[in-house]
Amino acid sequence: MGDIGLLGFGPDGWGLVLFRAGLMTLAVSVAAFLCGLMLGTLVAWGRVAGNGPVRALAEGYTVVLRGVPDILVIYLFYFGGRQVVAAIGTALGFPGPFDISGFVAGMLAIGLISGAGQSEVLRGAYQAVPKGTIEAGRVVGMGRLTLFRRVIAPQAMTTALPGMGNQWQSVIKESALVSVTGLVETMRQVSVAAGTTQEHFLFYAAGAVIYLIITTLSDQLFRLAEKRSLRGHHGAGF
Amino acid sequence: MNITRSTFLRAGLAAAATLASGVPLFAQGKKLVFATEGAFPPFNMTKPDGTLYGFEMDMLAEIAKRAGFEYELISQAWDGMIQGLIDGKYDAVIDSVTITEKRLEVVDFALPYTTGGSTFAVLKESGVELPGGGTSVDLDDEAATEAAIAAIAAVLEGKTVGVHVSTIQADFLEKYLAPRGVTIRTYPNGPDVYQDLTNGRLDAAMASVTNISAFLEKNAETAATTGPAFAGGVMGRGAAIVVQKGNAELADKISAAMKSMSDDGTLEAMSQQWFGINVTPKL
Amino acid sequence: MDLTFLSSMFQSILKGLPLTLNLWVLSLLGGGCLALLLNLMRQSRIGAAVAGSYVFLFRGTPLLIQIFMIYYGLAGFGFIRQSFLWPFLREPYWCGLLALILNDAAYTSEILRGGLRAVPKGAVEAGRVSGMSRVAILRRITLPLAIRQALPAYSNEIISMLKATALVSTITLMDMTGIARAAISETWRAVEILLCAAVIYLAISMLVTRASAWAEARLSPWQFGRTTP
Repeated sequence: MGDIGLLGFGPDGWGLVLFRAGLMTLAVSVAAFLCGLMLGTLVAWGRVAGNGPVRALAEGYTVVLRGVPDILVIYLFYFGGRQVVAAIGTALGFPGPFDISGFVAGMLAIGLISGAGQSEVLRGAYQAVPKGTIEAGRVVGMGRLTLFRRVIAPQAMTTALPGMGNQWQSVIKESALVSVTGLVETMRQVSVAAGTTQEHFLFYAAGAVIYLIITTLSDQLFRLAEKRSLRGHHGAGF
Repeated sequence: MNITRSTFLRAGLAAAATLASGVPLFAQGKKLVFATEGAFPPFNMTKPDGTLYGFEMDMLAEIAKRAGFEYELISQAWDGMIQGLIDGKYDAVIDSVTITEKRLEVVDFALPYTTGGSTFAVLKESGVELPGGGTSVDLDDEAATEAAIAAIAAVLEGKTVGVHVSTIQADFLEKYLAPRGVTIRTYPNGPDVYQDLTNGRLDAAMASVTNISAFLEKNAETAATTGPAFAGGVMGRGAAIVVQKGNAELADKISAAMKSMSDDGTLEAMSQQWFGINVTPKL
Repeated sequence: MDLTFLSSMFQSILKGLPLTLNLWVLSLLGGGCLALLLNLMRQSRIGAAVAGSYVFLFRGTPLLIQIFMIYYGLAGFGFIRQSFLWPFLREPYWCGLLALILNDAAYTSEILRGGLRAVPKGAVEAGRVSGMSRVAILRRITLPLAIRQALPAYSNEIISMLKATALVSTITLMDMTGIARAAISETWRAVEILLCAAVIYLAISMLVTRASAWAEARLSPWQFGRTTP
């Protein structure tokens, strides 16, 4: 078993780089989650309110992303995405070469995957909003935007929170697959450290701990949010 | 609810911004960008502070000095390595990449810095020993090849040999040994082959003579090389720096510098320093 | 598009289908058994703590790191290489299957727990009153109700596991993704190859979605005629 000093913060320890890699995992996860949130909202809206073609497109997107392994999606995005970006860029008349950083590529790839899951959660939450409250809003003369902001969103948010929490956890774990894009996040950093030092167990265990810290802390945040959003339901609150 | 969410959001964005600014933007300025894996001792390794070091890094520093260019090294996982080069994410790859016909279709190579030729490594405790140790078999000589393969296959039949995926060694094993009852296991990452040999998952590993020597340098007590070295034919080339298809300017610059390093003995000295033996060819 | 290349690629990727299916089905079976065990353990306090930590560890870390820990990490210990486990852990197949089972068990046990919690107390009491044994109650009342309740979530898990099997390609297994990855580093025609593989996975997962919708409808006769979401 390896020398635990390898995980220290001194000049010969990997502590600092692992810490930075952990922050990178967190950063790319947050960015990807927000990406997925935007996409998920759009897709959920398309599935609920869109016309025929829009709905078909939205449904198709969720079916495909739900059925294809994440690692293939990320590879496809990495190997094919650049070609698409380059083609669009050239078509718009920009001179090449086109490049997106590992961070952006990773963020977009995971966002794409997460968007499908998030749209499911959001759609379910929207459908759980009691129709009576929407009608009531309409009767008192609320516009569509007001209705969404003051009636639908607050209620849907409460229902959606636990599901969104799960989606967030998935995003963190999916981020372990993006090293192909060149991004040095936790998984890539522990692989490099394990390869260089030949201390595989030590570094993979360290990596596991980093993920556990991130998932546990953020889980607490989501629970807190859930509790707060439920205040109205329990009367007095806390 | 609102407070939690926006704080969370802001913290995330701040972190993203700080870290994103640390991500180098490639293909800018005149500095050439070289990519490496950073986890293939002693060719390329990573220090805890993120600096890359090893035989290839020393060699590259010297090449750059002689050819007169500035460069920057980045670390990239092997899976996306060649694609990244094709896409122009960096200008060259220095990661013990063997020259193969298939790769020549999509990229170009500078002069090789390891000799061609491949051989086997085994664990001493496994008791596996291949005939023909110390000899060299030329793959262009069909009769000799046939005899050597038959002798090796007799020992390895029913056993597992590990090899880095889509290398000349993998092609060799598929062509000559797989039909004779030897199980071939291909690894997405080269270094993992040695890891599994050390762990006892493989009965033998096949790689270039250079890589095997590098491995044995650190594991001389437990592992040994065995069997003949196969050279000629498809094995006739070593590893080289990879550049984009058609980037003859960079390839020539690098090759010229390497030639001069080979002539004055610098390359050999570096090889002695990192491998304990000379793995480099006379250029 | 090069149709000859695509069809030959399809054929070679399909050669990995048996391994993919094998790992998928066995990991679901193994994971299901282990999940049931974990839920039975939850009845004692120590058992609950053990089950809780297990679920916490395996749900809180990426599957890829679990696979690497089992495959490369465990092999680094001399005593494991000396032990009776080594003949299994030596093989990438068993390492991959073990990681998938352990991972699936954590998720499935939570799904099952949710299902169990939804079983009405009255139903269990009714069983007890009519003189059923504990095993009989579990087999004839609790589990069927819990499983029906957990079905939608479980069908998601089934598909997740299909997708998860793709990660064993990182430890040299030649499942469909393994073959695709090898083909990419051979020919560099990444997009075509990846699309071939993706289409096969997609077809299987759509079959599962259909099958689970059918099963849900069958197991809920009282909902017959209602549109399933």
